[in-house]
Amino acid sequence: MSKTVLAYMTAIALLIISIWCGVSIGSVHIPLEVIWNKAADETAANILWKIRLPRVLLAGLVGASLAIAGAAFQGLLKNPLADPYTLGVSSGASVGAVVTLFFGISLPVVGLYALPTLSMVGAVLTMIAVMSFARIVDRSLKMETLILTGVIFSSFLGSLISLMIALSGEELRQVIGWLLGSVSMRGWPYVQMITPFVVIGSILLWTQRRELNVLLYGEERAKHLGVNVKRSKYLILIGGSMLTGAAVAVSGTIGFVGLVVPHMTRMIWGSDHRHLLPLSFLNGATLLIICDLVARTIIVPRELPIGVITAFIGAPVFSYIFYKQRRSKGVRV
Amino acid sequence: MITVEHLSGGYEDVPIVKDVSFTVEKGKILGILGPNGSGKSTLLKVISGILPATAGTVLVDGKNIKSYSPRSLAQKMAVLPQLHANAFSNTVREAISLGRYPHQTGFFSHWSERDEQAVQYAMEQTGVTRYEHTSMEFLSGGEQQRVFVAQALAQTAEVLLLDEPTNHLDIAHQRQILDMVRKEAMECGLTVIMVLHDMNLASLYCDELLLMDNGSVRALGAPHKVLIASQIEEVYQARVTTYAHPEIPKPQITMMPSSSEYQQRAVVEKSDFHITTDYIQLKTNVPLKTVSSAVHNPGIGWYDCFLNRSVAGDYVVSDVQQEVMVFLQREQFSPTSTVVMLTAVPTQLYALNEYSAPFGSVFVAVTAGVGNAVDVSRTHERQDTPYIGTINTWVIINGCLSEEAFFQALMTANEAKTKALQAENIRDHRSDTIATGTATDSLLIAATQKGEEMRYGGPITNIGKIIGKGVYETTVQAIHNYKNNA
Repeated sequence: MSKTVLAYMTAIALLIISIWCGVSIGSVHIPLEVIWNKAADETAANILWKIRLPRVLLAGLVGASLAIAGAAFQGLLKNPLADPYTLGVSSGASVGAVVTLFFGISLPVVGLYALPTLSMVGAVLTMIAVMSFARIVDRSLKMETLILTGVIFSSFLGSLISLMIALSGEELRQVIGWLLGSVSMRGWPYVQMITPFVVIGSILLWTQRRELNVLLYGEERAKHLGVNVKRSKYLILIGGSMLTGAAVAVSGTIGFVGLVVPHMTRMIWGSDHRHLLPLSFLNGATLLIICDLVARTIIVPRELPIGVITAFIGAPVFSYIFYKQRRSKGVRV
Repeated sequence: MITVEHLSGGYEDVPIVKDVSFTVEKGKILGILGPNGSGKSTLLKVISGILPATAGTVLVDGKNIKSYSPRSLAQKMAVLPQLHANAFSNTVREAISLGRYPHQTGFFSHWSERDEQAVQYAMEQTGVTRYEHTSMEFLSGGEQQRVFVAQALAQTAEVLLLDEPTNHLDIAHQRQILDMVRKEAMECGLTVIMVLHDMNLASLYCDELLLMDNGSVRALGAPHKVLIASQIEEVYQARVTTYAHPEIPKPQITMMPSSSEYQQRAVVEKSDFHITTDYIQLKTNVPLKTVSSAVHNPGIGWYDCFLNRSVAGDYVVSDVQQEVMVFLQREQFSPTSTVVMLTAVPTQLYALNEYSAPFGSVFVAVTAGVGNAVDVSRTHERQDTPYIGTINTWVIINGCLSEEAFFQALMTANEAKTKALQAENIRDHRSDTIATGTATDSLLIAATQKGEEMRYGGPITNIGKIIGKGVYETTVQAIHNYKNNA
């Protein structure tokens, strides 16, 4: 038990530190005082409340969403290399988002939430397409098959996006920057926009924490143990896609967060989903806040897209996991 | 209790399992046997609902399993399929705890005292407690298998389906797991259906066996009704033979390798017998099939060294086994391949004759100490303890005998011995009647098992005639030697 408590305390402490660094570090120094005394430094207070804090929170929410979605996908597919990005789900969500912008779609009831809603739809459809295609190719859904299918779908969907951008002329040029992944200059409306999706999606996944533990041993075993496998699968796919869609809608495609964070968390604290899911959520937030901090401070005054930083960390981790999986004998994937 | 009625089913539209029916009562164990591809595992999958049933029903506790929710069925019935580890590392405890899944309901359900007890109990029963915090990936295949059995046990269901639970296990762990299953069945009323490859294990541990052949039931019933050599041969297309388990009344089965036809056989010659002052020895290059009432290695077996050892008249009989063992080691004989008889008669008083026969030849060797001969029909009048008298008779046959022939040969030889005592007028001094033998006679029939099998060994068969004549003559000769010496 003490190990679990330690895990949560570490995760929360790191999150708080990263949030503090995220809001305080930058071209303008923010004195601690302005948090409770706005009058102390009006400019600093404005930067804190209007620019830095929403940005940090957004980065945190996006990182948390991608990480918990990655953890759930990996559990469901029994595949340590699965994450929204490698499965092509992020690309699907991007298509949904670009379509929304391209056609200027506004949905009647959802209003502000049109963008994340359609991203989520794109994510779900892609997930279903990738899974079905991979299953046709190879019934046992081998790790490599699934990842390769994800790559195929990603590039196809990427070309669709390029086509739309080419057709749209100037106005979607900004989309390119967005596609590389960034949480800058979004502000509070975006935080507001994704929060309900993050909350609902995460709760959905959390209700399936025990089912995920059982599903690690395969669908047949899960059935034996009394899991309603079909329902669990849908809930996990919908929850994961909802989180991916929301994250992509506000920040573009940020790769590998869903891969790196659950992997590290599992390595240190074990693969019990009852704790893996919440811990991945917390650690994902921390990682992306730090990545964003690095992205905007490393080559001041210019900013790197945050996706560059995550890929820089993520690709080697991906290679390492792949290497380890292929080299370890006796563990069948 | 579980009842299966006219169950058919399998993959897609091809029914692999055809019209299977049986009932397993509470606390009983049913073993499913059958060759590879006969549908054993498929049957288990159809029963557990993993594969669709095209016809028939499965009743657990009198209720159709279709009327259970997945979770409530899992509370009633635990299944252990053939498993592999997964890509992520669980600890042993985590893996076993998953067995409690069907009992954990509700959004925030916590780990209860009962959950903990079930997991502890399962770990103790399967002997994995000491691996509790070890990661599954560091365990051997056998240890993992035991963890999976523990997982099923932690489910605390009334019905347990096991698909080859002894896979990857060495004989000690096979015993541990099956003993545990048996104990759970007997003490806790667990109803068990298990697929086993090993017919002997199935016979030992199951109350009933179900023999599958090509998806259908070929035989169903107690082990001795299912494990019939001819039936097994037909289903498995392999030569087998059955024999009794030495301790419990269950049949065992062993295969007959086709190479047994090319098995090297011995040919016994007179020069194979050696006589020293300590013993008469027969040594062959290839073991002989032997039936005897010897002191060391009695019963039925294959041996290549035979000793008739002469001991002093005041030989201490209290721990014969131990003394013989010491003797064998001192003289550098192999204790596992040597048959030893004891006699108080000096070795040079032996009689040995060779008889030729249509099938080969027969050697008869006898040492006859008739000083303390007895009349078996009058021994009930005596109170004294037995002492060494001993007529030791060996019949060594260059030929092949059936089991039946071996025992008939024993009778034939013994009758011939008794006849020799009568002819020599050897008397029981106490009753003053003709003696039939001594108190500690020993008899050995050994055959090379080469050539055509002789079914019978009675007095008027080819082999019986030679044994009768040979044992009679040789015993008479040995008695003369004994008398002349005295």
